[in-house]
Amino acid sequence: MSLKHKNEKKGLKKILLMGNPNVGKSVIFSRLTGANVICSNYPGTTVDFTKGIMRIKGERANVIDVPGTCSLEPVNKAEEVAVKMLKEGDIIINVVDATNFERNLYLTIELLEQNIRVIVALNMWDDVKHKGINIDVKELEKMLNVPIIPTVAVTGEGIKTLVSRLDEAKSPDVKPKSEEEKWIEIGEIVKKVQTVKHRHHTFSERISDATVKPVTGIPIAIIVLFLVFQFIITIGNFVIEEILDPFFCNYYGPWITGIVSSFAPSGTLHDILVGQFVEGELDFAQSFGLLTTGLYVPFVMVLPFVTLFYLMLGLLEDVGYLPRIAVLVDTIFHRLGLHGSAIVSVMLGLGCNVPGALSTRILETRKQRFISATLLAICVPCMAQTAMIFGILGRYGAGYIMIVFSTLILLYLLLGFIMKKLIKGESPELFMEIPPYRKPSLTALMKKTWMRVRSFLVEAVPFVILGVFIVNILYISGAIDILGNIFAPVLVGWLGLPKEAAGALIVGFLRKDVAVGMLLPLGLSPMQLVVASTMLAIYFPCIATFVVLIRELGVKDMIKSCIIMLSVALIVGGALRLILLGV
Amino acid sequence: MDLSKLKPGKIARIVGLEGGHGFKRNLRIKGIKEGKNIKIIARQPVGGPLVVEVEGMQTVIGRGMARKIFVEEL
Repeated sequence: MSLKHKNEKKGLKKILLMGNPNVGKSVIFSRLTGANVICSNYPGTTVDFTKGIMRIKGERANVIDVPGTCSLEPVNKAEEVAVKMLKEGDIIINVVDATNFERNLYLTIELLEQNIRVIVALNMWDDVKHKGINIDVKELEKMLNVPIIPTVAVTGEGIKTLVSRLDEAKSPDVKPKSEEEKWIEIGEIVKKVQTVKHRHHTFSERISDATVKPVTGIPIAIIVLFLVFQFIITIGNFVIEEILDPFFCNYYGPWITGIVSSFAPSGTLHDILVGQFVEGELDFAQSFGLLTTGLYVPFVMVLPFVTLFYLMLGLLEDVGYLPRIAVLVDTIFHRLGLHGSAIVSVMLGLGCNVPGALSTRILETRKQRFISATLLAICVPCMAQTAMIFGILGRYGAGYIMIVFSTLILLYLLLGFIMKKLIKGESPELFMEIPPYRKPSLTALMKKTWMRVRSFLVEAVPFVILGVFIVNILYISGAIDILGNIFAPVLVGWLGLPKEAAGALIVGFLRKDVAVGMLLPLGLSPMQLVVASTMLAIYFPCIATFVVLIRELGVKDMIKSCIIMLSVALIVGGALRLILLGV
Repeated sequence: MDLSKLKPGKIARIVGLEGGHGFKRNLRIKGIKEGKNIKIIARQPVGGPLVVEVEGMQTVIGRGMARKIFVEEL
């Protein structure tokens, strides 16, 4: 077993990073282990634990980045993960937001009662000065009887000291106190060690206020999201039309056809590798060869949009804009049995449904998680799928794309409204801290975008190629005719699509982008393409999302959710056929 | 009066919290605690949530929860 790939080694010390949400635990984790994890400026970025290895004075130790929690009594699934992890730790690095010192102390006091060694990282130490706060670290160390190290995780300040003093972490012998007693103790500590100077609202706080007031906040949100959308579309199309597509058509295409023809001028192998020629010529979108469409779909049609989307999402995350959107949409989301935080799962889901599904953990109740996960699976297409929908419908005009997305948005609202009424359980209100705006670091943003793009390249692209291979097998083996006949009543009779579309439904389980691409050679009318691509978004999640949803919802709820997906697909498909195709 | 009745821009002192044990703890660990000054930054329409500020930190809180927080205007 190679040690390099084994993230957790038995017998090593376990160091847990614990603290309130959005205090910078993940940034400290990256600093300690050199491992890259997604860090953002909103509470609930980390919903599962991440393990890494660090060296302390030549000795190796496991470091675990734990989801944020405000107390040891969890209020959602992400916090449950945190509290469960506690038992496994040898040393806790309690990360405290120095600018929100008082409320962070509650968890610290709870941790000190746990009979486990604790060291405190007093993070965001640079912000303390700007905010006119002064904390007497020496006095605090004396009162809590554990080492306190001021840190600035984003710049790395204090991290060396933190590591060198890890050995001093200790479990002070304290009696368990009642909650009231804890608050009294916190009051005494704060009074003794912290002084706050009054100061006026800064410029960024004024902007912050404007972005949450409805009168100014809603227009700002519309402008911001519009600009983000325009940026992705304009740059994405430019890169595809001016750089990638010409390269594939003028250079790569002739080259690869030449090579393949040299050993397989025609026949099955040629068709699998290069694909069917359309009107005597190679067509990257329609030929469906492994080395043509199999590479053209992920690298030309999808990758530019995925990269640009993650760049923009990362920017919004790091600035701290997502919680503001959550505030503005909360009223609407309440009508759907959710609250504003559910927007995070939509935003992440627009990139890839897998992290979208995981982020439903920040919601408090089973009802909320069920509704938001089901809505995600049905109404939120991932960026790969979106890029392909743009790719096949864009040529007929933006209006057709609008129909697909308006249908999905309308469905999100309507379905949420119905599920709120039908599903038992509580839908608590939104209660969340809104972090201050922060200037994003360009390197951190690039790193995060690269991490996400890399995970697309490593985890998605092989499946895209596999998907194209399966398409070939379906056609060569004649299975497509058998499947077509099985699905004909639904496809032809109910949806008004040709029975060959059955192939897209099957491949859609694996990769939605390939499935959308499969519609192109079928010679559908624009409206049929609209119906078919909307169906592909709705009917079922891809396999990766499916697996995560089973884990998050449980088998029983997942079955319910799947029944909803399939019935909604049939109802909406039938309705779209009547409205759009008029037959 | 309760927090939901406080006008945006006005500052008040929190004098009491009403509700179960867990509810109160949840408020206090997010800084909404007796004795603190609280300010309404924004109020979302049609019964939407409030954005409040306590000690420089902003928090968004549902209208129903705000009704269980009692304040005295300063």
